[in-house]
Amino acid sequence: MNQTVKPDDLKRDEVQPVDDYGPLYAAHKKVYPQSVSGTFRRIKWGLMGFCLGVYYFLPFVRWNRGLGAPDQAVLIDFPNHRFYFFFIELWPQEVYYFTGLLIIAAIGLFLMNAIGGRIWCGYLCPQTVWTDLFYAVERLIEGDRRERMKKDASSDPMRLERISELVLKHSIWLMIAWWTGGAWVLYFSDAPTLVRELVTFQGPMLAYVWIAILTATTYTLAGFMREQVCVYMCPWPRIQAALTDEWALNVTYRYDRGESRMSVKKAAELRALGQQAGDCIDCKQCVAVCPTGIDIRDGAQMDCIQCGLCIDACDTVMTKIGRPTRLIGYDNDINIHRRQEGKAPIYKLVRARTVAYAAIIAVVGGAMVYKLATRSLLDVNVLHDRNPIAIKLSDGSIRNAYTVRVLNKHGFDRVIAIDIEGPVNSTVHVVGADSVTPDRPMIVIGRDQTEELRLLVTAPEESNPEKSIPVKFHITDIGLGVVASATDNFVSP
Amino acid sequence: MADHTEVDSVSGTATTGHAWDGIKELNTPLPRWWVITFYITIVWAIGYWIVYPAWPTISSNTAGLFGYSSRADVAVELANLEKIRGAKMAALATASLADIEKDPAMLGLARAKGKTVFGDNCAACHGTGAAGAKGFPNLNDDDWLWGGSLEQIQQTLLYGIRSGHPKTREGQMLAFGKDGVLKPAEIVTVANYVRELAGLSTRPGYDAKAGAKIFAENCAACHGDNAKGNPELGAPNLTDKIWLYGSDEATLIETITNGRAGVMPAWEGRLDPTTIKAMAVYVHSLGGGK
Repeated sequence: MNQTVKPDDLKRDEVQPVDDYGPLYAAHKKVYPQSVSGTFRRIKWGLMGFCLGVYYFLPFVRWNRGLGAPDQAVLIDFPNHRFYFFFIELWPQEVYYFTGLLIIAAIGLFLMNAIGGRIWCGYLCPQTVWTDLFYAVERLIEGDRRERMKKDASSDPMRLERISELVLKHSIWLMIAWWTGGAWVLYFSDAPTLVRELVTFQGPMLAYVWIAILTATTYTLAGFMREQVCVYMCPWPRIQAALTDEWALNVTYRYDRGESRMSVKKAAELRALGQQAGDCIDCKQCVAVCPTGIDIRDGAQMDCIQCGLCIDACDTVMTKIGRPTRLIGYDNDINIHRRQEGKAPIYKLVRARTVAYAAIIAVVGGAMVYKLATRSLLDVNVLHDRNPIAIKLSDGSIRNAYTVRVLNKHGFDRVIAIDIEGPVNSTVHVVGADSVTPDRPMIVIGRDQTEELRLLVTAPEESNPEKSIPVKFHITDIGLGVVASATDNFVSP
Repeated sequence: MADHTEVDSVSGTATTGHAWDGIKELNTPLPRWWVITFYITIVWAIGYWIVYPAWPTISSNTAGLFGYSSRADVAVELANLEKIRGAKMAALATASLADIEKDPAMLGLARAKGKTVFGDNCAACHGTGAAGAKGFPNLNDDDWLWGGSLEQIQQTLLYGIRSGHPKTREGQMLAFGKDGVLKPAEIVTVANYVRELAGLSTRPGYDAKAGAKIFAENCAACHGDNAKGNPELGAPNLTDKIWLYGSDEATLIETITNGRAGVMPAWEGRLDPTTIKAMAVYVHSLGGGK
């Protein structure tokens, strides 16, 4: 191999590809992020506190809905088929609101991505938040980056001190994980009651199982898998790469300023001579603090969750050596090129895609708010008997039977009257209902429930010769005057 | 087994030493983890034989140490079901039929139970929708041979009609022709008279007076002077639009000649009283109940 080979003599299969990232199945290299302080770290602490605070304590927030109704602000009540969110109460047939929420969530992600890159990944994603928390615990107990690396590499790991450290760390991790699972189940049942049941070991088996599952996932994902979830498991890094454009601001190493890298001293000498010198002193602080263990100076890459911690690390160094901060910052290639050409950078927040995303969010959100504000609290569904479809009575008249479901979404009992419109000379009867007004059945529908009625419509055959006549059912709330209607058919045998 | 290890020069894999027509078999054993897993499953199977029912014996099977049986599982499930339903079914057992129908919750339960039990026991004759068939009454309409009140329906369900039960409902449509009570010509006349009562067309030239006389002498005892029927005897109303066997002349002649004696089985003893109550409410709520 010592002899010189001319490039022309090489065959294709004898050269390594230039951008060789190594084997496809690389062994995991443990990341030891160093502690850092600065603007973005503060934002991250703040968001972590807010997100976890909401998650852990929201189930305990109370919301008065009147007697008999649950007073938990956010509650997914599976046994009773209700979803409560503060002043909103949704029934199973209204789950389409969640479609709207999901659309808004998806487009919201796209909008964030178009404006500031992977804001979700870096600041808000549960994987990031919990991993960050677990790292904080690890740092507190085992020390910062260097100490942790040294301890892990130590050939004598089983000293009592080390063991107690590890036991403490994993205990705290497990406790956080257990809390995470514990908070999850509280969204599905009255929180104070469930907590009491859980601590006295009288909770439902399902609750314990879910706590166990979520404890296990939190402990594994945040304690061990960490950045591998982002790099290997999560689809979003792939999707967002296809959604981004050249104007999106991403955490960027401004190589126009940074290159070529050299020591502080050499740079000072060059500058004294009036020559160009790069600001990057190759201190690798940006690499040391990175929670996914990458080098941001290699440019935009899928492993980068854009948490901004390298910005803080670099800013600290730049301040120390007396150079301007934000050698790493939220920027894009367009501006790097503009600066190289001596032009001022431009930031285009208002672009076709950001406007479109914002518009979609506004439209869907607006439609949801409108639908929610005007949603009927009285509803009716009608189902015609299929077998038999029609009955001939002894006097020759025709009877059709219907299953009528009346939904009272109000928090109080309501008296409804049933009128029908369609068949001539028809009479209505509700099975089991003793009405004071025989021609117009009146029924009490209990608060917040569905009442299923068996409704019989009878009409003389001679006045209704058609095979099928459309029939309208009007359900009138006697107290409020609200009407809900449904349509079906009245058929002859 | 070959005691030497020959390595295949192309693949670099050891051979078994076996050769067929010059082709040597490579020795590529299953992965160790696979083999170990396989052995574990064998051991597991032996454990399974011991603790679970496994081997057939001449008249039964080995019971297994755990004492498991799927039949016992079913019994437990059924007991649990009974526990869940217990309170509601108890309420159904004590409430009166009218009260069950007035209470939306009990009505819903009775209808749900009734529908299932109806499908299992009654649908064979009355149809899944209880619309009946020739000879099997439609239970949705308002024409009842033995009465359509809740109590009357319950009684029919309990004791049946011509069922052989000591308390059965018993009525008879006599075979006037077969038994020689009426001559064929008289049967034709009275059949046309009955059609006239029901507002149906009659055979040209039939003697309405003679028909009325035959009816008064032979039929009115059960069906009434005005032919409106008598639910005490299960005698149908002959003036309405509903006919169990048919209202055409031929069918009427057949009915009068040979009589009719449809059977409704008694369900007392076969279904428990609460179930029969639920059934009565269900049938009543179909729409025809009085």
